[in-house]
Amino acid sequence: MSRWISILWLAFLFSIPLWMIDLYVLHILINTGIFVIAAMSLNLLLGYTGQLSLGHVAFFGIGAYVSALVSLGFDLELTDTYTFVFDAKPVWIAFLSGIIAAGLFGWLIGRVAFKVRGAYFVIVTISFAEVVRLVSLNWIDLTEGPMALNNIQPFTLGIPNLWEMTLYQKIPNYYLVLVVAIVCYILIRRLVHSRIGRAMIGLRENEPLATSVGVNVTHYLVIATVISAAMAGAAGGLYTHYFRIIDPDIFLFIYTVTMVIMVVSGGKGTLAGPIVGGIIFGLLPEILREFAAPEMQWIIYGIAMILIVFFLPDGIVPALKNWWKNHRSKRTDSAEMDAGT
Amino acid sequence: MLEIEGLNCYYGKIEAVRNLSLKVEKGQLVTLIGANGAGKSTTLKSISGILPASSGRILFEGEDITKASARTILDLGIAHCPEGRRVFPYMSVQENLDMGCFRRSDPKQIESDLEGIFDRFPILKERRLQMAGTLSGGEQQMLAIGRALMSRPKFVLFDEPSLGLAPNLVKTTFDIISEIRDQDVTVLLVEQNAYAALALCDHAYLLESGEVTLQGTGEELKGNDYVREAYLGG
Repeated sequence: MSRWISILWLAFLFSIPLWMIDLYVLHILINTGIFVIAAMSLNLLLGYTGQLSLGHVAFFGIGAYVSALVSLGFDLELTDTYTFVFDAKPVWIAFLSGIIAAGLFGWLIGRVAFKVRGAYFVIVTISFAEVVRLVSLNWIDLTEGPMALNNIQPFTLGIPNLWEMTLYQKIPNYYLVLVVAIVCYILIRRLVHSRIGRAMIGLRENEPLATSVGVNVTHYLVIATVISAAMAGAAGGLYTHYFRIIDPDIFLFIYTVTMVIMVVSGGKGTLAGPIVGGIIFGLLPEILREFAAPEMQWIIYGIAMILIVFFLPDGIVPALKNWWKNHRSKRTDSAEMDAGT
Repeated sequence: MLEIEGLNCYYGKIEAVRNLSLKVEKGQLVTLIGANGAGKSTTLKSISGILPASSGRILFEGEDITKASARTILDLGIAHCPEGRRVFPYMSVQENLDMGCFRRSDPKQIESDLEGIFDRFPILKERRLQMAGTLSGGEQQMLAIGRALMSRPKFVLFDEPSLGLAPNLVKTTFDIISEIRDQDVTVLLVEQNAYAALALCDHAYLLESGEVTLQGTGEELKGNDYVREAYLGG
């Protein structure tokens, strides 16, 4: 049953560019897809280990900046006489570097922040994101600061020396984001059903008990942070090579908040939650734009969020699941009664 | 098998256990009784490595485990069945039992141990795929005991297993604990239900404000005037 639903879903997602001619809609879908990946990565931490990272955009931004810089190349005047020159690298190497850099920072933050957990983790992650934003704003030699890095290369696809294609257009970019999202989804699914995932969920549910069955708390929290940060970095890399311009505004707190809203409204700790939440809150501002002034949009956005949290505290996906289960058990009950009479 | 010498434990600045010494021989069922806040649970936590001891020594089969991590202690064969929230509520019964053998990597043995647990607690087999949080209090206690046994312990620490259970379930729980002892697993039991615990045990310690004030066989403590007055209701 659920297998058929996923196949239909995938077929639908893959077919969109075939019948959707409006490039603007495709652009929104690409943007939404990038945020869905970021929300999925946040869900791994927030939903499965129960740790709230309010600086998640830092990993996204680090992935974006590192990927941009590696693909553009840069030089740094280290001393008066020595300048470090970094040559431009192919985009896929840049993309991988972004992922690795974000993962490394995830490891660092994990090691530092999980010595003290809970509220302290939240504070450390917020501060980290703010520090990274200030660095990107002020280290003008490297990041161009508010002047932004531009002319970033888009992704290229191809077989060396034979055939190559640069992804300037919307349609190939749409497929790229879709494929990365699917890969991330499969990775997270395998992870949460593995021994590591069980340890993470155990920590969320009952930490003293998890410790007493032999789960090494810090170890598994750091693993979760590294994977989550690396995935956010991948989303950042996609962003950077699609928009082809990046400035320190990428580190704004509102992006983290958006990700948290996507995860919480969709259903934290569920695989489909961040996807559903991401799609709703990715598309909602665009849909509202048609008939509401910008100020009204944000108000409606806020009301929608309050309503979801108020009426569906576990999120949309668990609520739908419950509804479906009740609906079905009612049906089988009445079927049994019919058979009985 | 287990020997504690001069154990002191603190929660911050509050002293929870003071100069506690006790001894558990192999195959025995030893119980710690005492009022709320006497330091019973704290003692168990420091044995299993969840709460590090401030000073004193804990020896298990001659090995010093005072500073060892919870994992090492588990690997040595000590399982802890904590009080209060005993299960992982949003995991299925099966997953809870799997958590019990988190440190083990012998799938075949695990499979047969699991069958053993299901034979002992048929209700768990029936509810295998149900969320643990939706089980009744008694079933959750069975699950917690089952999970502790999944680590193949030589020594089990039970913390208030009868707490919050209906009276008929209290009896079942104590029957199970005594069965576990009969299978050559040593047991250290912490109980508020002093009467039941004393009836069951080989040796008992009375804890008051973090100190051992009395010890002896179950019968001796049951016959003691002070214990009768203060803990057995006259």
